Amino acid sequence: MAEKNTLGDSLRRHGVSRRGFLKFCTATASLMALPPTMVPAIADALEKAKRPSVIWLSFQECTGCTESLTRSHSPSVESLIFDHISLDYHHTLQAAAGDAAEAAREAAMHENKGKYILVVDGSIPLGDPGYSTIAGISNLQMLEETAKDAAAIVAVGTCAAFGGLPQANPNPTGAVSVSDIIKDKPIINVSGCPPIPTVITGVLAHFLTFGSIPDLDQYNRPKVFYGQSIHDRCYRRPFYDKGLFAETFDDEGAKAGWCLYKLGCKGPMTYNACATTKWNQGTSWPVESGHGCLGCSEPRFWDAGGFYNALSVPISDNSQTVAFAAAAGLALGAAAAGLNYKTKDEAAKAHGTVTIDDLEKSS
Amino acid sequence: MSVLDNKTSETISTHGEGGAGMTHNTLPLLNEVSHALKRLLRTGESTIIDLRAIPFGPGDETRLMTLLGEGEVNASLDTLGKTTVKETRFSGVWLVDHYNSEEERIAFQIEVIEIPELLRAQTEDMYQSLDRLGEVLEKEMLKLNGGSPPIQ
Repeated sequence: MAEKNTLGDSLRRHGVSRRGFLKFCTATASLMALPPTMVPAIADALEKAKRPSVIWLSFQECTGCTESLTRSHSPSVESLIFDHISLDYHHTLQAAAGDAAEAAREAAMHENKGKYILVVDGSIPLGDPGYSTIAGISNLQMLEETAKDAAAIVAVGTCAAFGGLPQANPNPTGAVSVSDIIKDKPIINVSGCPPIPTVITGVLAHFLTFGSIPDLDQYNRPKVFYGQSIHDRCYRRPFYDKGLFAETFDDEGAKAGWCLYKLGCKGPMTYNACATTKWNQGTSWPVESGHGCLGCSEPRFWDAGGFYNALSVPISDNSQTVAFAAAAGLALGAAAAGLNYKTKDEAAKAHGTVTIDDLEKSS
Repeated sequence: MSVLDNKTSETISTHGEGGAGMTHNTLPLLNEVSHALKRLLRTGESTIIDLRAIPFGPGDETRLMTLLGEGEVNASLDTLGKTTVKETRFSGVWLVDHYNSEEERIAFQIEVIEIPELLRAQTEDMYQSLDRLGEVLEKEMLKLNGGSPPIQ
């Protein structure tokens, strides 16, 4: 259960010096994608931070999100964070099962009423609750009763955040996201299929440090991680700006590391931290491995057409902007990247798929 | 003289380990470091750059490290895992590399500052040290006096 002592007390008891504490704060700032100038404020807040209770519910999911988190290979800061979070219920990780597990959840809810963080991965089937139950309890019922006294909810993964793959057409289970059901609690969407592990822990670290939720974008995702598009942060962006595109996965352009836009990269429409945080201890990320971004942190990426089709560009309302940009030089990217979420949705309904060549011809 | 006029940098490959000239972010970052150093000299304001927040391409980090080179100071801290603090060949520009107890990198920064904060003794630690020194002295004095308390 959540302890009353602060993180500062706990670290001192473990013989961690002030220098060690400052290092911990530096790593925490980096983990939360906050500027290093925030370290003194983080130190001040962490000194007083208390151990919050976390209840983790898994619904219609593949366990990829938990795999991502537990295989993150960056234990020290994260495990220190987790040492200071009381993970009171996670049915994939906990030893208890059945009635004992449910009793642990109820006890955590009761003892930390109004203060615990609820983490959810997986979507919720509304069509037929029988598709996914835990201890005979439907996902909907478990979500509603656990959310009721939560301080905040973290929807981990694209399934919990937006419905995800279970919602793919024809959505046989009637899958919906957490925010489709819960309307009266702060919800932080940590999308991605799976999300970057340090982004998951970064959000929890933010709550632990400041006791509040971070600034969110229009999809309720933390801006520090989802504030910029993959495309804007991509190291291949200079090739895009020069109009240098790989045409196939094994041509000279691909070997030279040119932009993967024409091969279906969804980087211009995708907001996530992969380009900087990377994966597997910062080793690489999909675009660095030579494959375009699938856009897995975006709503409806699962039904957005083929992964290898170049991003479609509107030919109706936005056509002037796009055509003008293409005509202005090789800045097609500025036009495509500039399409915001709203126009993206409108565009998806209103246009046919066009390629860069089509645009260049039309200009 | 600009950084890039330096002879050492002229000999550096523009391709880095990843080949194919993908080290687009090295020189803008170096330029930022140059501005930060200017700011430090003119106003005393220090700068910390989180290198894990930079979208490095293949070879970018290697090229940056080569360009920054090694300076006169090299310190190592052992607290919650190892941390190395190295001055680059540009005085006032430091590389601070934090690892956890399992030797995995948890933060990596360029600090443009006279001396990185972590190298300074911290006030809280010095107070604790004062207490501990008092205990050691008391114990040693006891030994000197054959177990009797020291004469005040």
